[in-house]
Amino acid sequence: MLHILNAVGILICAIQAIRSQRLIVSALWLAGASALVALELYLLGAPEIAVIELSVGAGLVTVLFVFAINLTGEEALDVKGLVREPLALAVLALTVGLLAFLLVPGIDRAGPSLADAPFKVVLWDERQMDLILQAVLVFCGVLGVIGLLSEQEPATGDSADTEKST
Amino acid sequence: MTLSIPSIVILVVVGLLGVGLYAMLTVRNLIKVIVGLQIMVKGAMIALVLAGRLQGQENLGQSLALTVIVADTIVAVIGLALAVQVRRAFGTLDLKALTTLRR
Repeated sequence: MLHILNAVGILICAIQAIRSQRLIVSALWLAGASALVALELYLLGAPEIAVIELSVGAGLVTVLFVFAINLTGEEALDVKGLVREPLALAVLALTVGLLAFLLVPGIDRAGPSLADAPFKVVLWDERQMDLILQAVLVFCGVLGVIGLLSEQEPATGDSADTEKST
Repeated sequence: MTLSIPSIVILVVVGLLGVGLYAMLTVRNLIKVIVGLQIMVKGAMIALVLAGRLQGQENLGQSLALTVIVADTIVAVIGLALAVQVRRAFGTLDLKALTTLRR
């Protein structure tokens, strides 16, 4: 029962995050979806990942979104999207249908019972390349934050002209 | 008809991937595209944990999900930094107006 309620909550939050017109409201719905995803992960027996998702996904990312929205400001855009609505819906139906076709038959089929090492051993000993990749990504993230915080350069000749013309 | 827990979770995964994909196809605001991407990645993360659980390798699935969380956060940071700089340079976040590389 809790799984069903949680599933409905996650999907409602995700849809509202897309539907809401204001960006800040959208970011808050996304934070709600993250929190419920963390609950789902906990229910699936992954408490460590749930805690990380709750603190990073619902906390840090939301703060970053609010910060970036404050910097860029709300912008009222035309509702009409880049891709035409019927085409988007067709691609969506095709993708969801394909995913369901591939995933649903395997749900209740028990997999081979493989030896599962403890989480610490799997993470630190068997997935070392992932850890190196994560360290590199964190450095990239630091560069990204520098980009987020950097001040605007004074406009020079060409770019100033273009800004005036737009 | 009662749904098993994996079935419910699969429905969530497919729903999240679908909602995220639809957002990325139809939305014109750069920040909202990042929101759509985040939603898709959340679906992938739940799928990894579920796959680990179904295959009897919970810890492998969880460590991969951890990697996904880190990568997803960094993608959000870089994407938002890009959005801020694009807004400063072009004065808009509208993807249709940004389909040129000219300043």
